[in-house]
Amino acid sequence: MLIAGLVITGVFLLTALLAPLLAPYGFDQLRADGEAFGAQRPPSAEHLLGTTVGGYDVLSRVLWGAQTAVLVIIVAIALSIVVGVLLGLVSGYLGGWLDRVLVVVCDAIYAFPSLLLAILMSIVISGGQSSLWGGLLAAAISITVVFIPQYFRVVRSEVVRVKAEAFVESAKVLGAPAGRIMLRSVLPNATRTLPLIVTLNASEAILTLAGLGFLGFGIEPTAAAEWGYDLNKALSDVTSGIWWTSMFPGLAIVLAVLGITLVGESLNDLADPRLRGRRRAGVSSGAVAETSVAAEATPASAVAENAAGSTAAPAREDDLR
Amino acid sequence: MTTVLRIDSLGVSFATDAGAVKAVDDVSLEVARGEVLAIVGESGSGKTVTAKSILGLLPETATANGVVMLSSRDGQSEHDVVAMSGPALREVRGRDAAMVFQEPSTALNPVFTVGWQLIEGLRAHGVPRKRARERAIEILGTVGIPDPEERIDHYPHQFSGGQKQRIVIAMALVLEPGLIVADEPTTALDVTVQAEILDLLRRCRDEFGAGIVLITHNMGVVADLADRVAVMYQGRVIEQADVRTLFSAPQTEYTRALLDAVPYVGHGRSAAAARAAARTGEWSTSAALVEASGLEVTYPGRLGRHGFHAVRGVDLSIRAGEVLGLVGESGSGKSTIGRAIAGLTRVTGGSLRVLDHELNGVREREFRAVRSRIGFVFQDPASSFDPRRTIADAVAEPFLIHGRAEHPGDARAQVDELLEAVQLPRAYGDRFPFELSGGQRQRASLARALALRPELLIADEPTSALDVSVQARVLELFAELQREFGFACLFISHDLAVVDLVADRIAVLHRGELVEVGTSAEVLGDPREPYTQRLLASLPVPDPVAQAERRETLRALRDAER
Amino acid sequence: MTDLSDPSAAPVATLGGATPSAPTSRASGGGLGRYIIVRALLIIPTVFILVTVVFFAMRATGDPITAALGGRLTPAQLQERIEAAGYDRPLFVQYLEYLGGVLRGDFGSTISDNRPVTEVLLTYGGATLELAIYALLVAFLVGIPLGLIAAARRDRPADAALRLFAILCYATPVFFAGLLLKLVFAVWLDLLPVAGRASTSTELELAFLPDATGIYLIDAIRTGSGEAIGDVLQHAVLPSIALGLLTAGVFLRLVRTNVIGTLSMDYIDAARSRGVSEPRLVRTHAWRPALIPIITVIGLQIALLLGGAVLTETTFEWRGLGFQLAEYLQARDFVAVQGIVALLAVIVAITNFLVDVVAALIDPRVRY
Repeated sequence: MLIAGLVITGVFLLTALLAPLLAPYGFDQLRADGEAFGAQRPPSAEHLLGTTVGGYDVLSRVLWGAQTAVLVIIVAIALSIVVGVLLGLVSGYLGGWLDRVLVVVCDAIYAFPSLLLAILMSIVISGGQSSLWGGLLAAAISITVVFIPQYFRVVRSEVVRVKAEAFVESAKVLGAPAGRIMLRSVLPNATRTLPLIVTLNASEAILTLAGLGFLGFGIEPTAAAEWGYDLNKALSDVTSGIWWTSMFPGLAIVLAVLGITLVGESLNDLADPRLRGRRRAGVSSGAVAETSVAAEATPASAVAENAAGSTAAPAREDDLR
Repeated sequence: MTTVLRIDSLGVSFATDAGAVKAVDDVSLEVARGEVLAIVGESGSGKTVTAKSILGLLPETATANGVVMLSSRDGQSEHDVVAMSGPALREVRGRDAAMVFQEPSTALNPVFTVGWQLIEGLRAHGVPRKRARERAIEILGTVGIPDPEERIDHYPHQFSGGQKQRIVIAMALVLEPGLIVADEPTTALDVTVQAEILDLLRRCRDEFGAGIVLITHNMGVVADLADRVAVMYQGRVIEQADVRTLFSAPQTEYTRALLDAVPYVGHGRSAAAARAAARTGEWSTSAALVEASGLEVTYPGRLGRHGFHAVRGVDLSIRAGEVLGLVGESGSGKSTIGRAIAGLTRVTGGSLRVLDHELNGVREREFRAVRSRIGFVFQDPASSFDPRRTIADAVAEPFLIHGRAEHPGDARAQVDELLEAVQLPRAYGDRFPFELSGGQRQRASLARALALRPELLIADEPTSALDVSVQARVLELFAELQREFGFACLFISHDLAVVDLVADRIAVLHRGELVEVGTSAEVLGDPREPYTQRLLASLPVPDPVAQAERRETLRALRDAER
Repeated sequence: MTDLSDPSAAPVATLGGATPSAPTSRASGGGLGRYIIVRALLIIPTVFILVTVVFFAMRATGDPITAALGGRLTPAQLQERIEAAGYDRPLFVQYLEYLGGVLRGDFGSTISDNRPVTEVLLTYGGATLELAIYALLVAFLVGIPLGLIAAARRDRPADAALRLFAILCYATPVFFAGLLLKLVFAVWLDLLPVAGRASTSTELELAFLPDATGIYLIDAIRTGSGEAIGDVLQHAVLPSIALGLLTAGVFLRLVRTNVIGTLSMDYIDAARSRGVSEPRLVRTHAWRPALIPIITVIGLQIALLLGGAVLTETTFEWRGLGFQLAEYLQARDFVAVQGIVALLAVIVAITNFLVDVVAALIDPRVRY
């Protein structure tokens, strides 16, 4: 699963990177050699995947669309991680009224339809207008606002968990200042679920971007290629049986999201207590053999007991971390 | 006597990432009807795996070979559990053998009534619904649940911990199986409750004639309940004997060492007396390091609910170089007091003076400098170190925080010295916490706590997560370090025998209140308060002969209370 | 000693918290009544926050009249309308007025067709509600049994296949799924209608029904015409599947994860040791405790469903709130958008409250 996910994601990223080389035409190109492509042409030798109702080459639009999607994902995730992690860390560690207010605000936003929120934000940011960077940024920031509460929730709950662990209390007893504890002890141990959330959000970012485009809040076809926008324009084609204009941008979305989600699911499996338990057992078995110089030799079969216990009591295995 | 369980050269191995690991190797055991066979051993000895294979409850990653022959109660049929699966195995489970689990709060499904869960087991064996309910009520009454007709429709969270374990036992008993497998049935319980559950298990043997396989690491429990004992070590049974023989004349080196390691109330007195004799008259009038008077700690309730009074009106003091043992059952507030002294929990009432600072209403900023004079050892060796940093880094942390070093490397010499003091090889400084065993981590934890030569050490159940033999060595080390460094200590434990080994004075807590305080000899030798007396009498001693007598004493105490 | 000693844990964290793996532990005395009251009070800040965010977000771009009509009217006319609507006053005054309106249930009137937003809701809400119910039905019928199967067959081929199915459901944007369904079943196979909620004749018939509910299936049943019922149902099939499968994928994963979580608990082993059969362990013993976190998270999926409804309605020209919202967005009628979004916020907050109460009702630790 991990491999399939990595391959698909890799193809997606490469396509984005190499779109200018791979695409036969530009994303806003309407004519070649002075001759218009024509609208809604079925797939042919010149246009492998046909042309859209607006007269663009479908294949080129699909390939260029990968670039748009990757740019939006990167900007959106970078922004939301910084803000969300920071808020979650401070809020979870310090607690008190600030924490309560932030939790209520983030819960309220989290429970709200993310697409509507993204629409609102894109109206705010660009007034619904869109140039390439304006549109890209608007989409990315709209998505950021949706994601911040997610990072906040995840990081905060991890921080609250880690905060109660003995090694953090130990730093407190030693008299370490709060800032030092947060940065040195809590933060590094509170980010283990972040890779998973990042992949989830990356796929959600693609879907939200496409949703925005589908509702007409996307990026203008002359500014960049965007799959959701193309699907919107293909809406009426379907009724008359023109399938190529919707099929390919749609499949592109599905594949991109599928690849990233597969990677995320595999990461999730690796964090699974049962699998992790087995792995741990292996690691500590090696260690035990070496450290038995000290009097308290742990019998090697402790390893097996761990393996047996890990299915019955994942909590205990958790503690071994 | 008829045999209810016969295990013949059982082997169990687990598939792990690192290849197959053998957990149980060539184990052969027999249990007769009405007999309690205790399987003892430390963690990793394979005792729990053996117990699980009796009911065919091993996880999918395990493979078993050999024979586990269960006889039905009437002795008419025999089944080899290892060879069985599916419906045939289900048939046997609960009818021929049943299991009692370690943690009663997780062994009961929280969203179903206890009656439903009892009836579910009966229905699985074809008992009609109406009859099953009658039987469920009956068995709840048998195990000592009052008003079973009404309580049968209650949910697990409406029962106390001890009652929950009674219900778990009722579920095991309900089909009158010939064999009950009890996996550490009292480990999660307080000693006073433990004594009651042990009595109940004894009744299972005497009144129901069930054979019992008792899995435990607690030699006191073995002495109290077992008829025969099998000692397991590294997946093998290394010794089997009847209980008196085993305790009086252990055959193998390992068993002998294991028995020696078990703390025994009364064994620490000579050391405490020696320390007391060495003190001058001035000492008793010197100012105390810790002085609590009327100490209150209340945790705030949620949303206007009443707060939880963890500590109410406790007076106690610790003088320089003195070890105060703080004992109590779960929920007694003993850890809270330790945390309050360390400034981890806010004092909400009364006065708590620590190293000449009043902690009621103190600001963290004022207290920070004082922290270099206090050390703390946590209960759980697994989580007391940052998993991402080496042991040396962690032990150097106090030097960095209090400005005695700029960089972890600068403090390495001191760190090495400390590791040596706690008898860990220097090279261990470069290891990560998960590469150390529990006992080694507790040593490192001691090293960190003592790094700045504190005047006061707070040790919160430092050995309760360790095996007995490891515990013995850590306690020895503790006593040695205390002699050498001369720190005062608040030693928190639920185990009277452990406290007895290290403490000069003992304070007994019960539900947040101080019950009794005095020297170890006074509190343990001649307890005045009924609660202390009962606590002491409930603690099973690792000696079957003495324990039989103590059982009588406890019974008398309980009768007197009624 | 880990008792109740986390004083810093905010109450809301447990109330709204969705920790999928562990059964909730919000019980520490106190009754159901108290829980419901506290939870109900939490609606107020939630709605307040959302309404405030929506208001200021929409106004950050300028006044709605210029946005909607700018370019179509002369500056003087624009100014006149702005003054008439009071958009020239300080923003904060407008905000207070708006809050007051919301408290009275007045969400303003649209600019493009000058209708009260609440009336828009009453007219089109039924359609969205109908679609959401069908979709939820599909999601429950598909997601829950498949999730249980995946949990029971964990790490075997069936599980892998079901997980892939769940990911595909999630990875397919609801409008693309809609387009595919249309293409295959409506255009190529010609089995089902392409779009709309009913054919024109049925629409007419239903429109003249006295006290029409707006929920077509109920209205059609009331006409007593089998033809109308069939027509309405036929139109509902594709949109319901498109929106339902999206949610089904989420439910499948949710059920799988939570049931696997409870299957590893001691009480499952305990029941197994008493001879309870494996299917029954999954279906009853593990399912019920898993249900509590599942329901809490399902509450959060209402948001997903509403967001999806906007896209589904646009794809299938299903004239509901979402379709209307998209229309107003095209018309740049931001008063209408603001009103509908704020109203949806109220609906989301109330549904989440109801879902949490249901979860609490199921949890005996809260009930007693």
